[in-house]
Amino acid sequence: MRRRVLPGFGISFGYALTYLGLIVLLPLAALAWKATGIGLHGLIHLLSGPRTLAALRLSLLGAVMAASINAVVGLLVGWVLVRYRFPGRRLFDALVDLPFALPTAVAGIALTTLYAPNGWLGRWLEPLGIKVAYTPVGVLVAMVFVGFPFVVRTLQPVLASLERDVEEAAESLGAQRWQTFFRVILPMLAPTLLTGFALALARAVGEYGSVIFIAGNIPMKSEIAPLLIVQKLEQFDYAGAAALGVALLLLSFVLLVIVSLLQRWSNRWAERAA
Amino acid sequence: MRKFIPFLIAVAGTVLAATVMAKDVTLLNASYDPTRELYRDINSAFAAQWKAQHGDSVTIQMSHGGSGKQARSVVDGLPADVVTLALAYDIDALADRGLVARDWQKRLPENASPYTSAIVFLVRKGNPKGIKDWADLVRPGVQVVTPNPKSSGGARWNFLAAWGYALKQPGGNEAKAKAYVQELYKHVPVLDTGARGATNTFAQRGIGDVLIAWENEALLAQRQLGKDKFEIVVPSVTILAEPPVSVVDANAEKHGTRAVADAYVQFLYSPQGQEIAAKNYYRPRAQDVAARYASQFPATHTFTINEVFGDWRQAQAKFFAEGAIFDQLGAGN
Repeated sequence: MRRRVLPGFGISFGYALTYLGLIVLLPLAALAWKATGIGLHGLIHLLSGPRTLAALRLSLLGAVMAASINAVVGLLVGWVLVRYRFPGRRLFDALVDLPFALPTAVAGIALTTLYAPNGWLGRWLEPLGIKVAYTPVGVLVAMVFVGFPFVVRTLQPVLASLERDVEEAAESLGAQRWQTFFRVILPMLAPTLLTGFALALARAVGEYGSVIFIAGNIPMKSEIAPLLIVQKLEQFDYAGAAALGVALLLLSFVLLVIVSLLQRWSNRWAERAA
Repeated sequence: MRKFIPFLIAVAGTVLAATVMAKDVTLLNASYDPTRELYRDINSAFAAQWKAQHGDSVTIQMSHGGSGKQARSVVDGLPADVVTLALAYDIDALADRGLVARDWQKRLPENASPYTSAIVFLVRKGNPKGIKDWADLVRPGVQVVTPNPKSSGGARWNFLAAWGYALKQPGGNEAKAKAYVQELYKHVPVLDTGARGATNTFAQRGIGDVLIAWENEALLAQRQLGKDKFEIVVPSVTILAEPPVSVVDANAEKHGTRAVADAYVQFLYSPQGQEIAAKNYYRPRAQDVAARYASQFPATHTFTINEVFGDWRQAQAKFFAEGAIFDQLGAGN
């Protein structure tokens, strides 16, 4: 039998399961248990309220849009950082991680300072009729900011391992640039790109700290779902808050399942392309 | 070895003496956000007084946060001996869970609120929109900044102040009050989650013409951001905000800190405590202290929550609970 690096399957597997259970499943189970206090009727009433629906729509739609923007721009940035050598490359590379490191409240305040009507950028956008801070657009901006590193960081290793001769072969076989990109490179990247997309999406759905400063928090317009949870807690409505948390979690889960189905499909696409 | 013996005796003696003579007591005070400066002063004054009277040193640790969040922390096990919060509803929540005696608000004078504040307006220098009273807030083109009463305890006082004003106008009734408050919240472009956020939006981001604020925070903001930038307008009638205090009975019993915790909350009513409150821009209850700070606190007609709304539980259920009046307003524009 081949020697493995880690001792014994039994120990490693048991440890991994226990750890997952303690760190992930236990808090989620507690959340679900708290949520049962509201009852089925209460849950239906809660989730069918127009304000709840509006907030869930903003959170989920905003997160999907933000993750899509990040997927496109992140691919470009990752490509530039991996493929080109230019002065300051390492610095740019380090900058990508900044949204990870910044406390979310700081990020939110910084973005608001930029985009408020009297801010550095906001004052130029205002005369053009573009309002960012205190609108749903501001929510999107904050979500893009916090999700950005995920796409770049997941793509980079894969981009680095892409072999250039595949592109050269495509070119020598007479492929146009766009054909090389869409029929050779993109299929190979798609599964990883989707992983980055899913991570950015998950982060944006639950984001509270940075969004809260730049959203106007107006009910039905710029109120995100996590804020509704905080408002329920403020009224000591633990069950309602937990129920809304579970609902948000389930919806995110559905989105992530869709992403992983896409990923499977793109894996086959990648195999066909290769 | 022999020369160490006197040294050891001296050390042991000191330790023994210290334990016999002075107990070190630690209190934890869970408070809301804008009281940092107030309790820094109160704590050092109280520690000095307690030391002088009992010889024990008291260390008072502070925990600050939103009023509702602080109450939840205590419910979830934050071992606070004393709570000093923004509204009675949050201490009622502790009473509901058996942490505080049911009659907590009757144990101390003045509804257990040793100091008060009024809800006032902060406007930009020169008062360009000519804001004088509540009616001016709903004029076309006036934008008002106030936090969301669903997420900010402090902002619930703002809401009730506006409601009470409308109710007290000639011919005022519930329907008119609702119409006024609905109109008012249509003039709010940003509903921040807390008071500090709203102050920031108004002062730093330049949003809105009026900030509805607690008087103590308006005075603090004016001092910190410059008198040349903002002015305070006191409306004709407003609510008297009564931030309450209480010993957390369950925790004080467990820690054996009952006596010092009781003395601590009573100290807030003492002449020295009242003076410190006034210095930190809270309206003192004591008449003589209030008289000395009269220039800081302009006279106005105030009403209390009990006079107009019964009590906090009733106000909460009527206005801020799920689907209650605030939810029916369709706030925002």
